[in-house]
Amino acid sequence: MNGFDWNMLGIVFALLGGVLAALLAGIGSAVGVGMAGQAAAGAVTENPSLFGKVLVLQLLPGTQGIYGLLIGFIILTQVGILGGDPNVSAVKGLLYLAACLPMAIVGLVSAKWQTKASIASISLLAKKPEQFGKAMTLPVMVETYAVLALLISILSIFGIGGLAV
Amino acid sequence: MEEYIYAAARVHARENSLLRQTDLERLMACATEQECFQVLRDKGWSADAPSAEELLAAEEEKTWAFLRELSQDTAPFSLLQLPVDCNNLKAAVKCCLHEEVPESLFLPGGSLSPEELLQRSREGDFFPLPSPWGAAGEQARTTLLQTKDGQLSDALVDRACMEEMLRLGEESGLEVLQRYGEWTVATADLHLAVRACRAGKNREFYQLSLAPCRSLNVEELTEAALRGEQELFAFLATQPWAEGAQLLQTSSSAFERWRDNQAMELIRPEKYETLTAGPLFAFGAARQQEIRTVRMILSGKRNGLEEQSIRERLRETYV
Repeated sequence: MNGFDWNMLGIVFALLGGVLAALLAGIGSAVGVGMAGQAAAGAVTENPSLFGKVLVLQLLPGTQGIYGLLIGFIILTQVGILGGDPNVSAVKGLLYLAACLPMAIVGLVSAKWQTKASIASISLLAKKPEQFGKAMTLPVMVETYAVLALLISILSIFGIGGLAV
Repeated sequence: MEEYIYAAARVHARENSLLRQTDLERLMACATEQECFQVLRDKGWSADAPSAEELLAAEEEKTWAFLRELSQDTAPFSLLQLPVDCNNLKAAVKCCLHEEVPESLFLPGGSLSPEELLQRSREGDFFPLPSPWGAAGEQARTTLLQTKDGQLSDALVDRACMEEMLRLGEESGLEVLQRYGEWTVATADLHLAVRACRAGKNREFYQLSLAPCRSLNVEELTEAALRGEQELFAFLATQPWAEGAQLLQTSSSAFERWRDNQAMELIRPEKYETLTAGPLFAFGAARQQEIRTVRMILSGKRNGLEEQSIRERLRETYV
């Protein structure tokens, strides 16, 4: 490995971070929306007037996938893959990778638990259709942590851009 | 696990149609059976059934049709079908002594058709029936022909049913089915031991009829029962189901009411379960209990029983 330029891997690490954020959060959301969709279909089979309400609950675990996509997109622009200078040092690449991890991991885990909360809320709604506000608030609580992870990932990525490493 | 999400959500929505304690009070307030029919129609029960029995049979069938629509796999409800199959097999076994068996002895909703059971009984060959009914039917029939002891013959089928219930509960991997199976077997053993003790049955009867379970040591139960009723109740007072045993001392119907209410208590957490087949089983059990309770009220109204007398037999509702 004599003469190997490690800085060539900088962009690889950075891209890996962006991909992980989009991939893991996207997987969590896809599974979550699918599972919540099954519960929503069950509730609508028995009471078709619930469609609009259960649709909102079904979509809640889908937000993590959007956040992951956003992080992936920011990474692509920051490291120059979508235009600009694609010269990223190995250290910077690793920093970008680390910055993406909160969104990747918290996105996956929060999607899983938000799914469970959404399914439970759909069951609540099936029994008590008038309790939509309360049923929606419960899974939204999980969203807080996905938003926090998104914030820390965004702040880190923009902060890293200004570092001279 | 995920395959039951849709079904569980449908069941939870359908739970709204189950009778509540207030609905039972409305039924109790009715002066006649016809007024009860009207209350039940308002709750969505089959409006066109001409008699109480047909109404209840239609509701039973409606429940099974709904559960079968939700899941092709009958494993989650098999514990509900076992007592029906057990009853029907016992009725069929008796056909080897009596040519005519009233059709009313057979219950709907089992996995074995009454016609097949009757045919097997007339041919004297239960073995083609699925496990455990084939062997149990054969053993019960042989016992009945050799000893003419109908109680022992019934107990053998009951034991096969109890053992199957425990096995299916364990194999299901569902906690609610395990708990329900264990509970049913333990309380059935307890009830059987008390009745056998009062009838002065011998050791062999206990050994053949009591199904071993985790929460009740059947060897100790047998020894206590053989020593007499007082010893038996003293032993049962130290066991997990002491409350039921205490009720059994005074009244069999009070014990049965307690047992049914406790069963509801056992399955009630399934109201909040969203991913497994547990709510399907619980809904089926709740409907069975509901239909039993309505049958009691209608029968009481038809026969002009006093309100207090009916009320003593009322069971708790699931919702």
